[in-house]
Amino acid sequence: MIKFDRVGKLYPGGYEALKNLSFEIEKGELVFVTGHSGAGKSTLLKLIAALERPTAGTVLIGNQNVSKLRRAAVPFLRRKFGLVFQDHKLLYDRTVFDNVALPLHINGIVGHEAGKRIRAALDKVGLLSREKAMPITLSGGEQQRLAIARAVVSRPAIMIADEPTANLDETYATEIMKLFHSFHQVGVTVLIATHDAHGSAEFGGRTLHLAQGELR
Amino acid sequence: MIGQILAQHRLAFSLVTGRMRRAPLALLMMITVIGVTLSLPAMLYVALENIQRLAGGFQAAPQISLFLAMNAPEEQIKEIDAQLRKHKDIVSYRFVSRDSAWQEMQQNTGLAEIAGGLEQNPLPDAYVVETKSGDPVAIERMQQEMQQWPGIEHAQLDAAWIKRLHGLLELGNKLVLVIAGLLGFALLIITGNSIRLQIATQHEEIALSRLIGATDRFIRRPFLYAGTLYGIGGGLAALLILASAVWLFNESVADLARLYASNFHLIMPTADISLALVGGSALLGWIGSYVAVNRALADIESY
Repeated sequence: MIKFDRVGKLYPGGYEALKNLSFEIEKGELVFVTGHSGAGKSTLLKLIAALERPTAGTVLIGNQNVSKLRRAAVPFLRRKFGLVFQDHKLLYDRTVFDNVALPLHINGIVGHEAGKRIRAALDKVGLLSREKAMPITLSGGEQQRLAIARAVVSRPAIMIADEPTANLDETYATEIMKLFHSFHQVGVTVLIATHDAHGSAEFGGRTLHLAQGELR
Repeated sequence: MIGQILAQHRLAFSLVTGRMRRAPLALLMMITVIGVTLSLPAMLYVALENIQRLAGGFQAAPQISLFLAMNAPEEQIKEIDAQLRKHKDIVSYRFVSRDSAWQEMQQNTGLAEIAGGLEQNPLPDAYVVETKSGDPVAIERMQQEMQQWPGIEHAQLDAAWIKRLHGLLELGNKLVLVIAGLLGFALLIITGNSIRLQIATQHEEIALSRLIGATDRFIRRPFLYAGTLYGIGGGLAALLILASAVWLFNESVADLARLYASNFHLIMPTADISLALVGGSALLGWIGSYVAVNRALADIESY
């Protein structure tokens, strides 16, 4: 499903975030990417989600070579992923419902079908009763769950979460991890970057440990 | 597939109209600015159109006066008469003998004194010719042709002023084009800037949409609708301003025309011109926002 072959990422200015990285992730796997901050976790996820291009080696998603993708084809690759960002990236000028609606609209799904899917996603993360609320009125944990609802609403094959529990206390963090585990159980490939490895032991799954841009 | 495309457009459209409803003052200001800007060349155009219409009434019967040589023999005059009769570009012609012209001159109050000072009749025989065509170029060609006829001392175009008027109107037309071009350019900048400001307030949404797979087309769509709607609204506003101005001016124009025993009054531009005004305005709005969005997309570009 995801294949890295001697991938490197060199940022302008000379910072080398990833060096000579090779690994493979099968369909339906649950993978934790661990390591200290600055070890290259976020860069790794961005390369997978086609948010950035590698400067060396090849990244294969499905059978598509991300490095060789035409610019116009990139949006369609990105739609295969459900992204949960470290800073949520919620839109605070619209309701919970409308936040979740955005990926569906991008996919061209509107109207009744969209409403059904949005409510299903909100139900999954326990926010169905808050659909008309504004995100700013939600707690930190609820905001993270809203971000997850938005990531799953278009039923992506791969979920990618960057430090989804970073700013949450233990109870909320466990809740969020359970959510991701449930997606893994229904066959979604799940990638989670986290600086503490506590989830990986509990939920099984594989761990990719990064240090200074290399796999250890 | 087509249903999906329609749904996408409906979505962008309702998004934009929703935003406009929430900020009616901004919408009103935008439409007013575009309307006032457009009404200026439109008014000039209407003024020109009406002058042209008025001038059209005058030039229906342009005349050429043919003054015969004093010593023109009888046969030459007959020859000229025959040529005039068979000339296909002539509506009518009449002969004015030097005697009748002399009498007329003596009876004319203003000219009688001058005539009185003259010992003998200085006037030649003449033909007054009415041409079919009002086109100044064609008339001038005829005048030059007749000037060559033997026995003609002088062929005078009575309607030289028509040529001057046509020249002026042509100048006016060019002026309208230049002004319309300049103001159109200004409109591009106005809408572009307004859309740019809107993009700035929606920067986060655009950046996020890109990250989760929105195409440029998807991001552009609502802004293009906004620009186009501004253009249509502005175009309609310009027509409204124009109609008010024509209505206001017509009061005085009708009074003035009555003094000249004319029922002349200003008329609005035709339906297709009005449509072109609104359509052109919409197109300018579309282009302005297209440029603005593309610039913004290039700035946000991260891939």
